[in-house]
Amino acid sequence: MLKQVEGSRALAEAIALCRPEVVCAYPITPQTHIVEGLGEMVRSGELAGCEFINVESEFAALSVAIGASAAGARSYTATASQGILFMAEAVYNAAGLGLPIVMTIANRAIGAPINIWNDQSDSMALRDAGWIQLYAETNQEAVDLHIQAFRLAEALSCPVMVCVDGFILTHAYERVDIPTRAQVDAYLPPFEPVQVLDCDDPVSIGAMVGPEAFFEVRYLQHHKQLRALELIPDLAREFERVFGRKSGGLIRSYRCEDAETIVVSLGSVLGTVKEVVDDMRAAGADIGAVSICSFRPFPLAELRAALKDAKRVVVLEKCLAVGVGGIVSSSVRKALSGLPLAGYTVIAGLGGRPITQRSLQEVFERAFRDELEQLTFLDLNWDIVNRELARGRGQRRSGPTAENILRDLGRATPVEAT
Amino acid sequence: MFQIRIHGRGGQGVVSAAEMLAHAAFEEGRHAQAFPSFGSERMGAPVVAFCRIDSEEIRLREPVMEPDVVIVQDPTLLGSIQVFSGLSPFGFFLVNSSRSLEELGLAKFARNYLQGHVCSVAATELALAHIGRPLPNAALLGGLSGMTARPALTSVLAAIRHKFAGKVGEANAAAAQAAYESVMRSLGRETQHA
Amino acid sequence: MKLQPVKFYQKQTFTVGNRLVAGHARAVQANMRRTNSLNSGHRACQGCGEALGARYAIDAAMQATGNRVIAVNATGCLEVFSTPYPETSWQIPWIHSLFGNAAAVASGVAAALRVKGRKGDRVIAQGGDGGTMDIGFGCLSGMFERNDDVLYICYDNEAYMNTGVQRSSATPAAAHTATTPAARGRSGNVFGTGKNLPLIAMAHEIPYVATASIANLRDLEVKVMYAMSLRGARYIHISVPCPLGWGSLPADTIKLARLAVESGLFPLFEAENGEITGRYQLRHRVPVTEYLKLQKRYAHLFGDTPDLRTIGEIQAIADRNIRRFGLAA
Repeated sequence: MLKQVEGSRALAEAIALCRPEVVCAYPITPQTHIVEGLGEMVRSGELAGCEFINVESEFAALSVAIGASAAGARSYTATASQGILFMAEAVYNAAGLGLPIVMTIANRAIGAPINIWNDQSDSMALRDAGWIQLYAETNQEAVDLHIQAFRLAEALSCPVMVCVDGFILTHAYERVDIPTRAQVDAYLPPFEPVQVLDCDDPVSIGAMVGPEAFFEVRYLQHHKQLRALELIPDLAREFERVFGRKSGGLIRSYRCEDAETIVVSLGSVLGTVKEVVDDMRAAGADIGAVSICSFRPFPLAELRAALKDAKRVVVLEKCLAVGVGGIVSSSVRKALSGLPLAGYTVIAGLGGRPITQRSLQEVFERAFRDELEQLTFLDLNWDIVNRELARGRGQRRSGPTAENILRDLGRATPVEAT
Repeated sequence: MFQIRIHGRGGQGVVSAAEMLAHAAFEEGRHAQAFPSFGSERMGAPVVAFCRIDSEEIRLREPVMEPDVVIVQDPTLLGSIQVFSGLSPFGFFLVNSSRSLEELGLAKFARNYLQGHVCSVAATELALAHIGRPLPNAALLGGLSGMTARPALTSVLAAIRHKFAGKVGEANAAAAQAAYESVMRSLGRETQHA
Repeated sequence: MKLQPVKFYQKQTFTVGNRLVAGHARAVQANMRRTNSLNSGHRACQGCGEALGARYAIDAAMQATGNRVIAVNATGCLEVFSTPYPETSWQIPWIHSLFGNAAAVASGVAAALRVKGRKGDRVIAQGGDGGTMDIGFGCLSGMFERNDDVLYICYDNEAYMNTGVQRSSATPAAAHTATTPAARGRSGNVFGTGKNLPLIAMAHEIPYVATASIANLRDLEVKVMYAMSLRGARYIHISVPCPLGWGSLPADTIKLARLAVESGLFPLFEAENGEITGRYQLRHRVPVTEYLKLQKRYAHLFGDTPDLRTIGEIQAIADRNIRRFGLAA
């Protein structure tokens, strides 16, 4: 049913339709509305057969989900930024134990400096923990991916994170088609665990594994993700049959057929990118875009096939490997190894800095002329940067960087009249 | 695409206004996207919310830089925040005030825009009269409808009733109706009754 | 013939329990059909107090629940020695997740059981002093505060033993550990540090809190069984000497546990909803020296010139416990 609704609310409704049995929640901006929505639905009875647990930290949240999942209950939690880091140990633990937990990451920057706005550093920080990672381009896709996530997680006994850009998607109020209960039930059968804590059939879960076997256990996790490379498109196709729309999958191409330059990115920024692609196409530029939906497993073969005929690839990232450059770029480069294309990395939107059509167009046009640096920081204020560098050279006790910069910015903007 | 930017202060229902606007467009079968310029909850601080309306799916995710409409819920923002920034020359400007454009110092500014595109409406006073609380957001949407007919008044009233249940909904709708009529009057137009 | 009542203090041996004690008073361990949930073959040290405590506690819980116990274990000695790759000595469903989250994982298991209507299946979380009182403190408090239906058992050997005897917040004053090394003069763990987890548990006003000791295994069983007759958050703190970490003889483990109780250093009591409901009053007291001198971790206090001042301060701790918990008979 079509609803005009806040992204978080749509997610709560979709997750509720998936019949979660244990939902645990520790609040962190910008995920709060999702779990609040679920809590309300449990209280009102709209979401029946579900235990909603208020936990004391994110570490506890995922730990509760681990226990619940091991005892055979379909379990869900959500977090962001500092929260996913606080539960980092448990993130690895859940993947290592093979528990099919689904978790929403409402993508938010990681401090210091503390920042509540969107970028993708948080989910990227845990990219190698063994979870499947899916990125939503729109709130509709976010809704759809959660439904696919439960199915995928339980099929493989592997936890899945669904990454939804914080604020930009979670707090956007827009039109979403919420599926019916019948549709979700047709797609997602009840949870049948591969391993379960059962008094009638006891097993020990989580024992120590020595050098004789650890490697095999870890390889089998990797193998699961390789299987996911096939299962994800299969489940997306089945989703389209049941729900009547395309959603998810490994990657999606937009106007790449004869594209000379292809922009690769993840998440909500693709919306703006597609607007720029259309404008530039209208002006005669052969440009296209590829959206990566499954970041883990990373679709090397699919990306290679989508990008191989282009002359250049621009990877637009909302994360930064400090000291190196792009995170997504390294994997894209790996997908393209051996091919004679030019690759550019554009870091944008960190800490919630808006990514505008105008700035993107300018940078894509420079790419066409091969006038782009290998690594570009979109809309970075070099003036502020240089001023801070000079301050640091000037005296030893130059003070906290963030405070200095905020003071500079404060001087630049007019003071508010009270 | 029709883009609206709403300025106000925390606690004045700026975000709700953008959402109701989006809902009004939804009632008309259009696509709409509403979102705030995000920040921590804080009463009294300047807040901006955006709304985009289109007949097709809206893909753009940047803040509204070139609005077709600017609504200012709190006139104390006029002197400080760049409320006019990016407003299209064919755009609309609606400010919540019982004072005239001349008294607000906006007469000169208004001359840069088309006739009937810059207006003030006493939304807070109308809200006090109809709802009993100084919450001008719903009323201002009625005023917007009077200026632009986008969305239509009927859609705006439906959105208000969807947002606020029962008596509160009716009171807000009445305030919106009154604001609509006030704007139509000041623009010298005949009013349609919803 | 005049009949003389005979009191059996040692009720936990197979022989005594089986033939000479009334059925209701017999130890679970005395029962041929005990579940042996922590089966033999585990790799605990000779004389390990924790292995003994765990076996008694879990089997008692099994008896009380009709063999419906799921165990959640924190990282630590018990977890490591009970599941040496590729074997497990657990005959019950058992999960080990992380060091600090046993209480939270147990809360999750309890939630799953609740939602699935598996009312008869019960959850026990267990961990050492490090995993419970330090790194697991946050999750423990959360479980208590929510009153989740979990019995948490802490096996307190007073240091991080599995990693090489490092100090925890359960390490007693003056004890030598690898991170509170003792040398000549005042040393070992600092006086005035540490926390009393049973009192903290009581402050959460949970349905049941008890301390227990392997010096009185039947008492331990009774407390566990009582705990399993209740619902909600429950906590049992068991004193379990560690020969390796304490520098004591494996054969002295139970003796040391008894001396800890009889000196007043480890008070035995029970509490419900934040108020003490019972205590074991000492039949006979021993001076702390009787207890301390059997452990190398206190060896620096003895020798040619004993550190009478420090020993006196430890005695003062024991005296205070006796007074504040009302342990004097």
